[in-house]
Amino acid sequence: MGGGEQATQKQAAMGKLTARERVQELLDADSFHEYDLFVEHTCNDFDMDKKRLPADGVITGTGMIGGHPVSVFAQDFTVAGGSLGLAHARKITKVMDHALKMGMPLIGINDSGGARIQEGVNSLAGYGEIFYRNTIASGVIPQLSVILGPCAGGAVYSPALTDFVFVVDKISKMFITGPEVIKTVLGEEISMEDLGGARVQTEITGNAHFFAESEMECMGQIKRLLTFIPWSNKAPALALPPRPPKVSFDIERIIPPEANKPYDIRDVIRSIVDNSDFLEVQERWASNIVIGFARIEGQTVGIVGNQPLVMAGVLDVDSSDKAARFIRYCDAFNIPLVTLVDLPGYLPGVDQEHAGVIRHGAKLLYSYSEATVPKITVILRKAYGGGYIAMCSRHLGADFVFAWPTAEIAVMGPEGAANIIFRNEIQTAANPDEMRKKKVQEYSEKFANPYIAAANGHIDAVIPPSETRASIVHSLRVSTNKTEIRPTRKHGIPPF
Amino acid sequence: MTMDKLIVDDTSYETFFTEKYRKRIPWRPHDPKLVTAFLPGTICEVRVAPGKKVNEGDTLFVFEAMKMMNTVLAHTNGTVKVVHITVGTMVTKGQLLVEFQ
Repeated sequence: MGGGEQATQKQAAMGKLTARERVQELLDADSFHEYDLFVEHTCNDFDMDKKRLPADGVITGTGMIGGHPVSVFAQDFTVAGGSLGLAHARKITKVMDHALKMGMPLIGINDSGGARIQEGVNSLAGYGEIFYRNTIASGVIPQLSVILGPCAGGAVYSPALTDFVFVVDKISKMFITGPEVIKTVLGEEISMEDLGGARVQTEITGNAHFFAESEMECMGQIKRLLTFIPWSNKAPALALPPRPPKVSFDIERIIPPEANKPYDIRDVIRSIVDNSDFLEVQERWASNIVIGFARIEGQTVGIVGNQPLVMAGVLDVDSSDKAARFIRYCDAFNIPLVTLVDLPGYLPGVDQEHAGVIRHGAKLLYSYSEATVPKITVILRKAYGGGYIAMCSRHLGADFVFAWPTAEIAVMGPEGAANIIFRNEIQTAANPDEMRKKKVQEYSEKFANPYIAAANGHIDAVIPPSETRASIVHSLRVSTNKTEIRPTRKHGIPPF
Repeated sequence: MTMDKLIVDDTSYETFFTEKYRKRIPWRPHDPKLVTAFLPGTICEVRVAPGKKVNEGDTLFVFEAMKMMNTVLAHTNGTVKVVHITVGTMVTKGQLLVEFQ
């Protein structure tokens, strides 16, 4: 099947697998049950009645991954460029409806030139029916979009509405308007790759979550993600036997004693989680915050951590967006949240203010406050000002808050605070520099520690780094039956 | 590898900047004497020339962008100093079009 030998050869020449090969690579051997192989379009305009399009350019069905059921569709670029008409779309919505009804993940492989123009508004109708279902299924079943070719124009909005988008270097291309339109209208010349290739989508826009060098690597990433996440909001994620972290990640040696020196927060994560196995999400975008999945005592947790290695771990427009969406994902699928805090606050700058850091930053507050899953926070070092509040503080409903002895929980860092509080003393001193140093020291000793917060009950315990995992394990065990009832409402209004 | 320094609340942190931060365009205040394109498009009609006095609300030029004919009006009274466009000029977003004295 497919679009014939010539089209198949062309697909291979582009370094791409065919739709059928992709489905086979993704699913367990011999587990694919195809739907609607004989569906045909009913378009009579523009000589379309003379055109037979095998399977109408999309392969759909159900199958197994690791013995668990999934719904799949794979657009076939060899058939009329994988263009989407109404019959093609209705094949997709049928497997979407099945996925939602049966409570199984939906995996969509996108490889399409876009709307089938001959079908006119019917092809737009097809897209709309897909978007509607993406939205209704959001937070009920996992929805994964795999971009293995062009995905342009309106078509991009289905992936954008789904939970995780996978892209492959030099194969994936996503944009609303392509290079040709941009050249005609704007006179700007840009390649598809530079406009919306895999690197652009994972490094600049944040539209995609996982980057792979090849289609095979991408299939591996999909299967790995599916080992961590629940397969619907009614089922827990697969539990594995507990495993200790690897000894090569020594939690005592990762963090430098000086508060202004960086380290890789992922080393801390790996020193805490089972087998030091951490699946990072959106690794290449807004990397001043790290998000991802891991296991603790065999149970999946979602981890959010400030990354001092990049932009000192500040919160900004992109990192707030990135973390907020991830928190909502975890909450929707009942995945407990572990938050690791070390940040100097929000990124100062005109560009941030004008980009709406107020509105974007608020998403983080909203997501943490809204989440009713177990929320465990560990303050490693700096927790200053608005950043302290935002990073799942007790005040936003954290169930457990721990702090290391190195934690500094304060309105701001000692330098900034001393310059404001002791402005007069510093200005009028015989030696202002010496006075500033003295006052910074004074402030540090008094406030740059976890004990004032502990005395007020804002944190539950000051723990040595070596007890971090044990404290999280205990917290998770205690919160197995956590229930939190929210006031009845249709839905909240998050600051999108 | 040399590290970058990010200053937050008077404290300097050793870290690495993101590409986005490195490439950010420093903010500049708006100069009311310069008229720039708010959309990319093609100039259809130019109604001003250097030395011409205009009043607030007068039409400076018309350009086609996003399938619409857009009329650009003077924001203040003034005298035109330079006109950078003629009919048919394709302009990009932010391009300088007319300067006032």
